[in-house]
Amino acid sequence: MSAFLEVKNLSVVFPTDDGRVQAVDSLSFSVEKGKTLGIVGESGSGKSVTSLAILGLQKGTRAEVTGEIWVDGKEIVSATESEVRKLRGKAMSMIFQDALAALHPYYTVGHQIAEAYLVHNNVSKKQAFARAIEMLDRVGIPEPQKRVNDYPHQFSGGMRQRAMIAMALSCNPSLLIADEPTTALDVTVQAQILELLRDLQKEFGTAIILITHDLGVVAETADDILLMYAGKQIEYGTVRDVLQVPQHPYAWGLLTSIPRLTGDPNLPLTAIQGAPPSMISVPSGCAFHPRCNYVEKADVCATRVPELVAIESGKSHSVRCHMDSELRQRIFSTQVKPQL
Amino acid sequence: MLKYTLRRIVSGTLVLGIVSAIVFSIFYILPSDPARLACGKSCTPDLVARIQVALELDQSLPVQYGRFIKGIFVGRTYLANTDAARECGAPCLGYSYQTDQPVTLLLMDRLPATLSIAVGASILWLLIGLSSGILSALRRGTWIDRTSQGFALAAASLQIYFVGLILQFIFVDKLAWLPMPGYTSPFDYPLDWAKQMVLPWVTLAFLLSAIYSRLTRSGMIETMGEDFVRTARAKGLSSRDINIKHVLRAAMTPIVTVFGLDLGSLLGGAVITEYVFNIPGLGKLATEAVTNLDLPVVTGTVLFAAFFIITANIVVDLLYSVLDPKVRLS
Repeated sequence: MSAFLEVKNLSVVFPTDDGRVQAVDSLSFSVEKGKTLGIVGESGSGKSVTSLAILGLQKGTRAEVTGEIWVDGKEIVSATESEVRKLRGKAMSMIFQDALAALHPYYTVGHQIAEAYLVHNNVSKKQAFARAIEMLDRVGIPEPQKRVNDYPHQFSGGMRQRAMIAMALSCNPSLLIADEPTTALDVTVQAQILELLRDLQKEFGTAIILITHDLGVVAETADDILLMYAGKQIEYGTVRDVLQVPQHPYAWGLLTSIPRLTGDPNLPLTAIQGAPPSMISVPSGCAFHPRCNYVEKADVCATRVPELVAIESGKSHSVRCHMDSELRQRIFSTQVKPQL
Repeated sequence: MLKYTLRRIVSGTLVLGIVSAIVFSIFYILPSDPARLACGKSCTPDLVARIQVALELDQSLPVQYGRFIKGIFVGRTYLANTDAARECGAPCLGYSYQTDQPVTLLLMDRLPATLSIAVGASILWLLIGLSSGILSALRRGTWIDRTSQGFALAAASLQIYFVGLILQFIFVDKLAWLPMPGYTSPFDYPLDWAKQMVLPWVTLAFLLSAIYSRLTRSGMIETMGEDFVRTARAKGLSSRDINIKHVLRAAMTPIVTVFGLDLGSLLGGAVITEYVFNIPGLGKLATEAVTNLDLPVVTGTVLFAAFFIITANIVVDLLYSVLDPKVRLS
C-alpha cells in the first residue's frame, strides 16, 4: 500500500525582483495514516513553503511548483484550483502558527469552525454550529456552548490554538499539517496541545506533518524526521535513527547545541558557527559548507551539490553529505556521540 | 453600549457648545458693528442706537451668549416687557441682518437642496467607488486594474468647478439633454428635481468615487495578505466566499469611517458644488452670509455644519463598534 501522502521531487521557486528564489528543492518524503512526520529546520529553510504547496495554496500566485504531491491517490501539483479546493479542509487541513492572526477577527470562533464544516458537508447552519460546539468540546474548551459565541481575541493563546485545531479537524481530515502549532505558546500549554494532537491522531488515525524547529517536540511526537536546510532535505529517517545516529554535520550541530541538564553548568553552550544563508544567494555546492566543521574535500563541498544517499540499503534513513560513510561513522562516534 | 452612546452624545454636545462660543465671540469681537450692518443704507445714528437695543447688543458678551444658547433650547423673547417684544421660538438662532427672517427658517429652507445633493451623490460614489475598487483588487495588475486606477487618479486630481462646468457645458449648453441647473422640490416636480440633480451628483461622485476606489482597492489588497485569508483558503472556501465574507468584510471598516465623515461634512453644505450649479443649499447660504457679514446666519450655518460633522462622528464610532467586535467589548 502506498502512503497517504507521497511527495516526490517537490520544488518551489519564487521569481522575485532580486532573482529566482529556490525555496524548496527536490524534496521527497511520505507519511502514512496514523503516523507523524516532523519537518525540522531553521527559519527560511522551506518548511512552511512545503506545507503550503501540499495544500496547493500557491496556485494562482507567481510561485512555480514542480514535482508530484499525491494525497490519497490524487495529484496536487497538476490539479486545478477547484479540484484541490475540494480536498482542502476535508482530506487535508492545516493548523497555522499564529492563531490570533490566522483567525478572522470579526467572526466568532463558532462561526469560523461551522464555516469550515459547512463547505464540505451538506448540512444546515444549525447542524454546523452544533458541530462547532462538539469540536470545541473535543479539543477541551470549557463551556463550549458559551465560548462558541466568543471572538478570537476573547480566547487565550492556548484556547485559540485549540480552536484552530477544532476547525482543522471539523471535517475529519486524513492529513493534518501543523505549522509550528506551539511556537507562540508557553511550555505547559505547548505540552497540552501536543498531547491533544496525539490523542486526536489516535482517535481518527490522522496523518500529521509537524513543522517545527524544536527538536524536543519532534523527539516526543514524531515517527519520522525530515531535516531541512536552505530548501533541501539533508537528512531523513525515523526519529530513532536520526536522533540516535545522526549523519549530517548540521544534525550533529543541532543536537550538540541542546543544553543538557546533566552537563557542567559552567561550560559555554555549543553553537553552530555562522548564520543561516539568505535564500537569494544560497552558497554553491553543499549549502551548509560555509558553516560545516568537517569540510574534508573543500573544492567538492563548495562546488557540487551532494546527492541524497541511503545510509543502509533497505532503510529510509538517508543523508545529503559528501563525507564518505566510514569517516562519518568515525567522527560521529569519537567527537559527536560523547557530547550527546 | 447605551452608556457609551450617551457618553458620546454628551461629549458631542459639549464640542458643539465650544464651537458655538468660539464662533459667537469671533464675530462679536470683529471691528464691524453689527447694529451698523443691520441698519442698511438709509441709516442714522439714532436708528443704529435703536437697533442696538432691539438686537440686545447693548448687553455684555456673556449675557448675549447666554441668551443665544437659551434661545436654541427654549426660545427667547427680544425686548421682553416692551411694546416691541419679539417672540423667537426654540430653536432660535436669531434673525438675519439682511432679510430679518429667522435664521432657523433660513436653514430649514436650504436644507432640502443640500440633502438632495449629499444623499444622491453619496449613493452614486459608493456604488462606483466600491465596485471599481473591488474589481481592481481582484484583477490586480491587469488592464482593468490599471485603467480604473489611472482613471481614479485623474478624477481625484480634478476639481469640482472644472468638472462641473465642463459637464454643464456639454449636457446643458451643447446637447441640451438637461435643464438649467437649480433646485426644484422633489415633492412637487420629482422629474425636474432628478434632472437638475444629475449633474451635481455626477460631479461630486466623479471626484469622491475615485478616492473610494483607491481606498477599497488598497484595503482589499492589504487584507488579502492576512493570515486569516490564508486560513479561509485552507478551509476550502470558494474564492467568492473568501473575497466577500473575509476580505471585503475586513476592508470595509475604514471605508465606513471615511464615508461617515464625508457625508457629514457634505451635509453641512457642498459649497463649491452649490455655487457651480446654482443650487440654493446650506453652503451657498453660508458663503452669502459671510460676504454680507450677516453674523446670525454665519453663526447658524457654522453651528449646523458642526452639528452634522459631530453627529456623523458619533454615528461612525457607533457603527465601528458594530463592525469591529474588538471595539464593541472594550
